[in-house]
Amino acid sequence: MEKNDFKVVNKRALKMDSLGLACGEPVFTDDVDINGMLYGRILWSPYAHARITKIDTKEAEKVPGVKAVLTYKNVPRVPHTTAGQGYPEPSPYDTYILDNKVRFVGDRVAAVAAETPEAADAALKLIKTEYAILPAVFDTFEAMKDGAPVIHDEKDAKNIPDAGHNIAAKFEFEVKNGEWFKDADFVIEHSYKMPYLQHCAIEPHIVITSFDPFGRLVIRTSTQVPFHVRRIVAQALKLPVKKIRVIKPRIGGGFGSKQEVLLEDIAAALSLKTGKPVKIEYTRRETFISSRTRHPSTVRLKTGFKKDGTITDAEMDIVLNTGAYGSHALTVMMCSGSHTIPFYKVKNNIKFLGRSVYTNLPVAGAYRGYGATQGFFAWESQMDIMAAKIGMDPVEFRKMNYIRLGEGSPVFKAMGEGREGVEQVITSIGLYEGIEKGLKAINWHAKKEKNKGGKGMLRRGLGMACMMQGSGIPEVDMASATIKMNEDGSFNLMVGAADLGTGSDTILAQIAAEVLGVKAEDFIVYSSDTDLTPFDVGAYASSTTFISGNAVKKTAEKVREMIIAVAAKILDRKKEDLRLEGGKVIAGDGAACGLSEVANTSLYYYDQHQIIASASHYAHTSPPPFAANFAEVEVDTGTGKIKILDYVSCVDCGTAINPELAEGQNDGAVLNGIGHTLSEELEFSSNGTPLNASFRRYKIFNTLDMPPIKTFLIPTFEPNGPFGAKSVSEIGINGPLPAVANALYDAVGVRLFDSPFTPEKVLAAIKKAGKK
Amino acid sequence: MKKENMRLEAVNGVFGISLTVNGVKRNFAVKNNEFLLNALRRYGYKGAKKGCDTGDCGSCTVIFNGKPALACLIPAFTAHGAEITTIEGVGTVQNPHPLQESFVEAGAVQCGFCIPGMILSSKHLLDVNPSPSEDDIKKYLDGNLCRCTGYVKQIQAVKMAAKKMKKA
Repeated sequence: MEKNDFKVVNKRALKMDSLGLACGEPVFTDDVDINGMLYGRILWSPYAHARITKIDTKEAEKVPGVKAVLTYKNVPRVPHTTAGQGYPEPSPYDTYILDNKVRFVGDRVAAVAAETPEAADAALKLIKTEYAILPAVFDTFEAMKDGAPVIHDEKDAKNIPDAGHNIAAKFEFEVKNGEWFKDADFVIEHSYKMPYLQHCAIEPHIVITSFDPFGRLVIRTSTQVPFHVRRIVAQALKLPVKKIRVIKPRIGGGFGSKQEVLLEDIAAALSLKTGKPVKIEYTRRETFISSRTRHPSTVRLKTGFKKDGTITDAEMDIVLNTGAYGSHALTVMMCSGSHTIPFYKVKNNIKFLGRSVYTNLPVAGAYRGYGATQGFFAWESQMDIMAAKIGMDPVEFRKMNYIRLGEGSPVFKAMGEGREGVEQVITSIGLYEGIEKGLKAINWHAKKEKNKGGKGMLRRGLGMACMMQGSGIPEVDMASATIKMNEDGSFNLMVGAADLGTGSDTILAQIAAEVLGVKAEDFIVYSSDTDLTPFDVGAYASSTTFISGNAVKKTAEKVREMIIAVAAKILDRKKEDLRLEGGKVIAGDGAACGLSEVANTSLYYYDQHQIIASASHYAHTSPPPFAANFAEVEVDTGTGKIKILDYVSCVDCGTAINPELAEGQNDGAVLNGIGHTLSEELEFSSNGTPLNASFRRYKIFNTLDMPPIKTFLIPTFEPNGPFGAKSVSEIGINGPLPAVANALYDAVGVRLFDSPFTPEKVLAAIKKAGKK
Repeated sequence: MKKENMRLEAVNGVFGISLTVNGVKRNFAVKNNEFLLNALRRYGYKGAKKGCDTGDCGSCTVIFNGKPALACLIPAFTAHGAEITTIEGVGTVQNPHPLQESFVEAGAVQCGFCIPGMILSSKHLLDVNPSPSEDDIKKYLDGNLCRCTGYVKQIQAVKMAAKKMKKA
C-alpha cells in the first residue's frame, strides 16, 4: 500500500483513553475499593550487606489487625529473576521472595499484612531482627577483584557466570580483519560514566491481589508485562499458571521500571497466607530505592581512525553496575553495544567486552534506552572528539560513516539480547533528511558563525548527536491479537500488548481500522488481561508498534477475509471483486452492503457464525529507528550552569501511525534525557544508604526548567513494519547527554565524561582547563 | 459556614467534618493524623492521585477554598467547612470542561496520572488569567510533575483551552 493512500494510519486520531483520564475516571490499579482488603507493608534492610541471624515475628503477630507476617522461613524458596522477559529469561536466577541475606539498603527483610496501614507499620517495628553485618562493596571494579565480598554466595542461584567475582553477566565479541589499529592515523580512548538514575513514573508501583469466585489468584497490577508476571509469580510461589489471572488496568507510566515483578510475588504470598485481598503500594521513597534504576555504567571506548574520516577500529568495554540483583544484567549490557556499534561503519576490527557486576546498591533494570543510552553517550561524544582531531566537521564526519540503506553489520548477527542476534540489513533510514532538517531548524550554520570566538561570562555553543534503537527483539518477541465483530459493525480488539500510557491501544486500533476500512473509533480495545486477551510479551524493547502492530494487522486481514466471504453471499459477487471501504463492502460495479448487515447476517440469518480471528507475529528483524538531535546551550562561565536554549530532535520512526502520539513519545523521552544530562543522580552515603530518594532532592524537570523542545518526524517506509512503521518510544532519551556534552565543548572548550553535568562539575572543568 | 460550627472534637481519634466537594455537602469521618488526599480517595474522589505523598509532584492538586492546593499536605480535619473542587467536579466524560477537551485534542494525555492535577492548576490559572502567556503557563504548572510528555503538548493544551473559553 502506498503511503498516500492511508485513511486512518499516519493521520490524527484522538487517544481513546485520554478523555476518561482527563476526567479523573477511576481506571488505575488503586482506584478500586475491595471489601476486606488488607494493607501490605515491607520491612527493608537498613544494611548494605548482612546475614539475618535471627528473626522473631511473635510480637508483630500480636498487633491487633495483623493477619500475616512473612519472612524467609515461611515463603517458598525458588531462585528466579524479577526481570519481565521472555522465557527462559536471560537474567540470572538470583532472587528469592525473601531470603536470609540482605544485599542492599532497601532489600526485602519481611512483609506484613494488616487491616490498617497503621497496624502494618506498627507490626514492622516489632519484628526483631538480628544481623551479622558483612563487608559491602559499592564499586564495580572493586567488586570484581579477588577477595571482594561475594554478594551471591547462595548455592542455589542459577546462571551467574562468576559469582565469586560478582559478575552477573558477561559477553565478549570480536571481529578481526587484521592487526588492531594498524591502519589508524590516530587512536583515542576515553571512559564515559553514568550514575544511578530512576524512572520516576508518577504512579508509584502498586498491586492488589485478591481471589476470584473459583479461588484463583487475581493480580491487579501496574505492569508493562502481564503475561510475564503471571509466569514468574507462578514460578516463585509454585502455583500452576492456570491459578493466576493478571489484570493490567491503566498504568501511570513505566519507562521500564514496570517490566519487573516487584510486588506481585509478595502480595500474592500475603493473600495466599491470609485468604484475603492485599494491597501493596510503594511510597515515593520506596520507588526510588527498592524498585529499579538505570544501570550505572563505565564505558571505555577506544577508536582508531584515519585522517580522511574512516573509522578503522573500535573497542568498547562496558562495565555496568547491576546492583544487588542481576535483573536485565546481560541484555542491557549487550544492547549498549548491539544498538551502537553497528551505527557507524568500522572498517577493520571490532571488539566488545561487557560485564554486569553486582554491588551492594539498589537493583538496576530496564530503563527506556536500555543500554543504548549509556553506549551512545560514549559513541556520540567520541565522534566529536575524533572529528576535531582530524579537523573535520562533526556533522560531515557522521554523515560519512553512518550505516546506509541495504547495509548490515557483523554485530547484528553476533549480539542479540542475551544470545546470538539475527542477521539484518537496514531496510529504511531517514537519517540524512533528519540531519538536514535539524540543522535548519536550529539554524546551525548561522549560529555557529555567530558564536565564534565567544568572550565574556556567557558563552553559547551547539552540539548534535545521532543514534538508533531497535523495534522489538527479533526472533524472541511474540505478540498476538483477537478481533471480534459486533452487530453494528463495530469490533472488539483484544490485545496482550500493555498500553502503559503510550497510546498503543489507539495506534493498534488505527492499524486494524486501516485494514478493515473503518474508523479507529469503531474499535473497542481491551488490553491486557491474561484471562481475556491473547499472549503478548508486553510493552518493552520498543516492540509494541512493530510487533503487536503486525499481529493486529494480520488479525484484521483474517477478519477482512471472513467479512468478504459473507458479503460475497449477500451481494452475490465474487470475493475477489470486493473491497472494504468507509464501513461498507463494495463491489467493482458499485453494489455494496454495510458492515452491520454483514455482522447480522453472520450472527442471525445465514450460515451462522461469529466473525472472529486471532493472529500472532514474530519478527525476524528489528528495524532501527534513527534520530538526529541538536542542542544549543548557554554556559555561565562564572557559575558553571548550563542552560539549554533550544533542542531539536528529528526522528525517523518509519510511518508514524499516529503522528501526534509519536511526537509526544519523543518529547517526553527527550526531556527525560535532559534531566539525565543536567540534574539527575541518585546519591549514596559511604555505607550505601540512598541520600536523595525524593522528588525534592532528586531533580526531574518541571515546566519552568524545560527548554523549548521541537520534535520533527522524518517519514520513511519500513517494509517489515505495519504500514511502514518502526518504533519511537525509546530512541529520544539517548540524544541529550552527548548532544549537550558536545555543545558544552563547543561553548567553552571543556568536555565532561560523567553525567550529570552539574554547575559544580562544569565550573571545575573550566577552571582546570584554565579557560576562565 | 459560621464560626461556631467550626469547632471540632475528635472521638477516638476520629473527627466528623462537613465540607463541600464539587458543590455537594458531604460529611467525612477523618482520622486526626490523616491527610485530605486519603480522605478524598476513601470517599470516592479517585481523581486525586497519590504520586509522592510529600507535596512534591502535584498529582493530588485540588482547588481548596478557591486556590490550588496539595491535598496530601492538608490535614484532613482542617478541611472542615472548606469548599473543594476535585477533577470530578470540573467535567465529565459526557460533559467535559474545555480544558479536558483541549488536553485530549492536543495529545497532552499520555499515562494520564498527572493530568487531573495539571488540569486543576490550569483551571485556576484560566480563572484568574484568561489569556496567559507561555511563561505564565509554565510558572503556573511548575508544581505538576509529568514524566511522559515533556510538557510540550500540555502547554499547547492550556493555550488551546484559553482560546476556546474566550470564544464561549
